[in-house]
Amino acid sequence: MSKADAVAAILVAGATLYAVFGGADFGAGVWELLALRSRDRALRERIERRVMLSLGPVWEANHVWLIFTLVVLWTGFPEAFAAIMETLYLPLALAALGIVLRGSGFAFGHTFTAAGAQRANAVFAVSSLITPFFLGCVVGAIAAGEVEAGGTGSPFGWVGPLPIVIGVLFVSSCAYVASVFLLDDCRRAGEDDLEAYFLKRSIAAAVLAGALAAAGLIVLRSDARAIFDGLFDEGLPFVIASALLGLLTLGGLVRGWSRALRPLAIGAVVAVVAGWAVAQYPYLLPETLTVDQGAGDDATLTALIVVFVLALAIVGPALVLLFRLAQRQALD
Amino acid sequence: MGELTSLLPSVPVADNLLAARELMAFTLGFHIILACVGVALPAMMLIAEFKGRRNDDEVALDLAKRWSKAAAVLFAVGAVTGTVLSFEMGLLWPRFMERFGDVFGTGFAIEGIFFFTEAIFIAIYIYGWKRIEGWKHWWTGVPIFIAGIGGAFSVVAVNSWMNQPRGYELDAAGNPINVEPLGALFNPATAYEFPHMLLAAYMVVGFGLASVYAIGMLRNPAKRSDRRHRLGLLIPLTVACVLTPVQLFVGDTAARGVADHQPSKFAGFECIQETGPDQTEWIGGICTEDGVKYGIGIPGLDSFLVGFSTDTVVTGLDQIPEDEQPPAKTLLHLAFDAMVGIGFALLALAAWLGFAWWRKRDIPKTKWFLRAVALSGIGAVIAMEAGWVVTEVGRQPWIVYEVMRTEDAVTSAGGLWFWFGGAILLYATLGTVAVFALRRIARRQEAGGDIDRGGPYAPPPEAGTTTGAAR
Repeated sequence: MSKADAVAAILVAGATLYAVFGGADFGAGVWELLALRSRDRALRERIERRVMLSLGPVWEANHVWLIFTLVVLWTGFPEAFAAIMETLYLPLALAALGIVLRGSGFAFGHTFTAAGAQRANAVFAVSSLITPFFLGCVVGAIAAGEVEAGGTGSPFGWVGPLPIVIGVLFVSSCAYVASVFLLDDCRRAGEDDLEAYFLKRSIAAAVLAGALAAAGLIVLRSDARAIFDGLFDEGLPFVIASALLGLLTLGGLVRGWSRALRPLAIGAVVAVVAGWAVAQYPYLLPETLTVDQGAGDDATLTALIVVFVLALAIVGPALVLLFRLAQRQALD
Repeated sequence: MGELTSLLPSVPVADNLLAARELMAFTLGFHIILACVGVALPAMMLIAEFKGRRNDDEVALDLAKRWSKAAAVLFAVGAVTGTVLSFEMGLLWPRFMERFGDVFGTGFAIEGIFFFTEAIFIAIYIYGWKRIEGWKHWWTGVPIFIAGIGGAFSVVAVNSWMNQPRGYELDAAGNPINVEPLGALFNPATAYEFPHMLLAAYMVVGFGLASVYAIGMLRNPAKRSDRRHRLGLLIPLTVACVLTPVQLFVGDTAARGVADHQPSKFAGFECIQETGPDQTEWIGGICTEDGVKYGIGIPGLDSFLVGFSTDTVVTGLDQIPEDEQPPAKTLLHLAFDAMVGIGFALLALAAWLGFAWWRKRDIPKTKWFLRAVALSGIGAVIAMEAGWVVTEVGRQPWIVYEVMRTEDAVTSAGGLWFWFGGAILLYATLGTVAVFALRRIARRQEAGGDIDRGGPYAPPPEAGTTTGAAR
């Protein structure tokens, strides 16, 4: 494993953590959005409250994984970062817009009461769709080879079957992870009816995300053949793992498992991201830029590895402490 | 997609350059205020909590709690406006990132650790008011304070690098090789830019927070003897006043550093046309090709400030090729004067407070003192923004001083003016709602509401009060 490979692995690790934890926060917003249609006001308020309790302490820490991923990308692989940013500026700018609206909507939803909170929560809920969808489009467009090293490409290259399917897949897997997390929080807090509410939705979301992943494979076969082949070659163990974990989660949901659900759901997402990364390797930008070609200066790669180890040593324990406290708060 | 692409014709570079610079300036100028809050407000909270815990002072503890609530809202908004900036680095300046991302990027990676620390411990601190007892709670705030300083260092070091690029060599094709990440971070400009900005953050927050209490005391005379208001004014004001003379010293050193390292910037904001000794220091006025007009001139002072002797030769714009001179020299000159002028006004305010405290152990009784404090907050913000105008506009036409021109860094993407308009609308709304949110928190606290609940990071209000008809 070269140094560039190690930094690429760090990049994937950051993206995975964002997909799981940031994704769960987005997904919670999606559930809030879907509940907005409900006529049952009491239910709506309880869901909003549940989302606040579950996300309140952790949302900013979860969001930092995105910053971390961006920074590792531009420091470790500046050429790829520039090409992605310059080609896919439309979905990226829209994703950034979603981030601003969601973060501020969440903060203000906590601060205001009555009508003000309702409006802020609605902004939070709607924007929770925007960011994962457009980030999915970006990932899909990169896979489809729409971003070329050095070239600028078409600014509308992301408007295609693969990016759109990946965008929708991102939203649905966020909703899936979130519903499993929320279900678990409800169970711990003894909110039986909400637990049942999210159980139904977890099953639906698991089925939907699974179906979209399968549909993604079909589109991948026609639009990004190299990645498709990679998934069934080096990536095969991960594909099998993600399918198994997904099925296990689904079975666990139906059979009423409790403690295993959260790790299983996380595992399924991790396996998908890892499988994707392995399939796309050695390309940063299929098929014009490899990890080695795109890597920055050697000393910088060393520095990034050192920073990552430091981050794990410093941030890791603090994050565990925060998650523990957050779990206790979820019992409030 | 050909027909769609033709809807976004490729934009002339000059047009994109201006739009990208305005967009960056606007979003950065907005975020930097929130960044100051993130850097310096934790110290105010910690001082108040320290006082509260050591003296069993309920009022001081209460202040720390209130400030942490305001911090939560502003940190949340700052987190997202900061994210926008990391997107903009690539969206607006892809050629710059492509060429130098691996030279200066380590600074941002380090900042990532501090950002994490801040995000985690602000949540623990706010969440912990009711659950973590005594001094243990105070200690959960210390990492936020450290992260503020560390974060400011790593980000400002990157800006310093743009002014004094170090830690790499260029190959024949002009691409950086033999990168030394630490050499890039610890460039000569970091030595003065970092302390200058750190102190600016403490002044913005110190004077800003004090001005909120000053306005309250001006509006309602009963509050002038209220202990909470007096303490809320005194803690941040004391910090800011103590640091103001230090800042003037650091700023003076920084100006000499710029004269030494970036003669084009210095000649630009001082409007020095001809190289030579005995340079006049001009206060105010407009910059023309024949020097400053309509300003107040102090003969020889500029040379004296640069080298402690009126014989000091200062480089003028005659030594700088026309296409390497900063633009908008009148703006630069007035921005510099505004920063220094406000700095001296704040020093006078600090002296006033210091004198009154020395003689009477009390803040000056006159309403004029409160009025001055009320203005000091906005003054400090203006001074900081003016300072950034001097740094950033003064560095032009370079994005990396004397290495890469800003026009060579800008994106070819279209529609930047549209994004600029959108950003103004979005941030204006965001700013307005944030102010409403802060007032809301303050009012709820005045009304004796439960200040342990509500606000981002914290437990929500009791069930039924979030959005319900109960309130």
